[in-house]
Amino acid sequence: MPVIEVTNLHKRYGDKVAVDDVSFTVEQGEIFGILGPNGAGKTTTVECIGGLRHPDGGKVRVLGLDPRQAELRQRLGIQLQESELPERLKVWEALDLYSSFYRSPADWNHLIDELGLAEKRDTAYKKLSGGQKQRLSVALALVGNPEVAILDELTTGLDPQARRDTWDLVEQIRARGVTILLVTHFMEEAERLCDRIAVIDAGQVVAIDSPAGLVARVNDEQRITFRPAAPVDDKLLLDLPEVTGVTRAGARLVVTGTGNALAAVTSVLAQHQVVAHELRVEQANLDDAFVQLTGRALHD
Amino acid sequence: MAALVKVTVVESRLFLRDVANAFFAVALPSLILVILGAIPALRTPDETFGGQRFVDFFVPSLVVITLATLGVNTMPVRLATYREKGILRRLSTTPVNPANLLIAQLLINGVAAIVAVVLLVLIGRLVFDIPLPQHPLGFVAVFIAGGASLFALGLVAAAVAPTARSSAAVALPIFFVSMFFGGVYLPRFLLPEFLVRIGDYVPPGVQALQDAWTGTGPEPLQLVIMAAIAVAASVVAARLFRWE
Repeated sequence: MPVIEVTNLHKRYGDKVAVDDVSFTVEQGEIFGILGPNGAGKTTTVECIGGLRHPDGGKVRVLGLDPRQAELRQRLGIQLQESELPERLKVWEALDLYSSFYRSPADWNHLIDELGLAEKRDTAYKKLSGGQKQRLSVALALVGNPEVAILDELTTGLDPQARRDTWDLVEQIRARGVTILLVTHFMEEAERLCDRIAVIDAGQVVAIDSPAGLVARVNDEQRITFRPAAPVDDKLLLDLPEVTGVTRAGARLVVTGTGNALAAVTSVLAQHQVVAHELRVEQANLDDAFVQLTGRALHD
Repeated sequence: MAALVKVTVVESRLFLRDVANAFFAVALPSLILVILGAIPALRTPDETFGGQRFVDFFVPSLVVITLATLGVNTMPVRLATYREKGILRRLSTTPVNPANLLIAQLLINGVAAIVAVVLLVLIGRLVFDIPLPQHPLGFVAVFIAGGASLFALGLVAAAVAPTARSSAAVALPIFFVSMFFGGVYLPRFLLPEFLVRIGDYVPPGVQALQDAWTGTGPEPLQLVIMAAIAVAASVVAARLFRWE
């Protein structure tokens, strides 16, 4: 049984359609990403999954339950975008308070250590840095020992180091057996963390696949550039079935190809004992995939 | 219930941690009484006050300060802040209903009002010989009905205002009106008779407090009107209140 099942979800605010038609399933133990530009309907989708909003159409099931059922609150942890705590509330008080809401809460003392908040235990919420607030927010989503965690725009506003730390944290959470639904508009984050991604644009799912699968769908052409240590005959490379073209840029060779072009090129160079200096491979990435799928860039 | 207790304990700590706010809400009326009482003329019986002293005449207005500050300022601003910052919304993702936070705020501010008034009555009695409320039950009834009417109006302000700042703005007219008719800005003997009569029915009902304290007991009609305002405003607040 899938952990999250969304079927033809539809949600509008007045005349404005926020989510037109979204369907996907998330399996046990997955990190499932929802990727899309601002206003695509990502947050509304997860709010319907979390029971914070009621869909106008379609069906949502989480752990087999309707999101409105109170039982689900015991088993689902949500980290909300732009949700704060009282300024003077201390870190330990927040965790102590929230853990008291659940039937079988996690040991919050342990959670404080795990999330690197031990030194900030007695610090008031307003004195925490952005990264620390975010970690506390994640801790509160986990304090009920949930089977499913929804993390919405987890790393927005964090500096690069804090972002990487948070990514490690998400992987740790998954290692505990928690199924994670991750909402993001950062390509790098989706690529690094997610097993599968649903690309959402204008309230609709345009693709669901693994990050590599999404990229492969779009274009599997590679550009291999290097500076050969000895002269290389273009024909040698053009004879390879994987290679589609060779151009020269000064001392550098630019080889375009598909499939396993890189392996083919390097092995033919090795056969002729030519060392390839400054070897670089450029591949279509998730950004390119996104542009191709939605007809526009994620960040513009 | 366990969650309500826990939420109330934590919210009480937060209330006390805001030292300036807690101090002013609870101690300010007593402090004003001490300052005014230090002036001999205000401790002398006068015909203007029906043979009473100014301090006897003015203590009900000090109760109004407490109820208006806590009910129409402290509490609604706190609740609107909680909504604006997504604190109520976050709570709604847990097994606990965010209504617990609302109840906790009502309890805490209600208790603060009781402490402030007990302090005022005791200091009045011990320092200035102001008699204890002559009609204790009537006094408690007016305090509850009048307090409830102001707290309920505060909830309406918290319900209709989208942000903490605007909740203060929405609550301000209610605050000023209750303070003005409560004789806080101008002692009531300086107000024209018709304003005084209107004031009898403006929450929290300063005349009823006066009657219960040093007079012949509160008039039932005034009590009924305060209770009616409390119920009506609570219904409006419940209809309009949003968690996010």
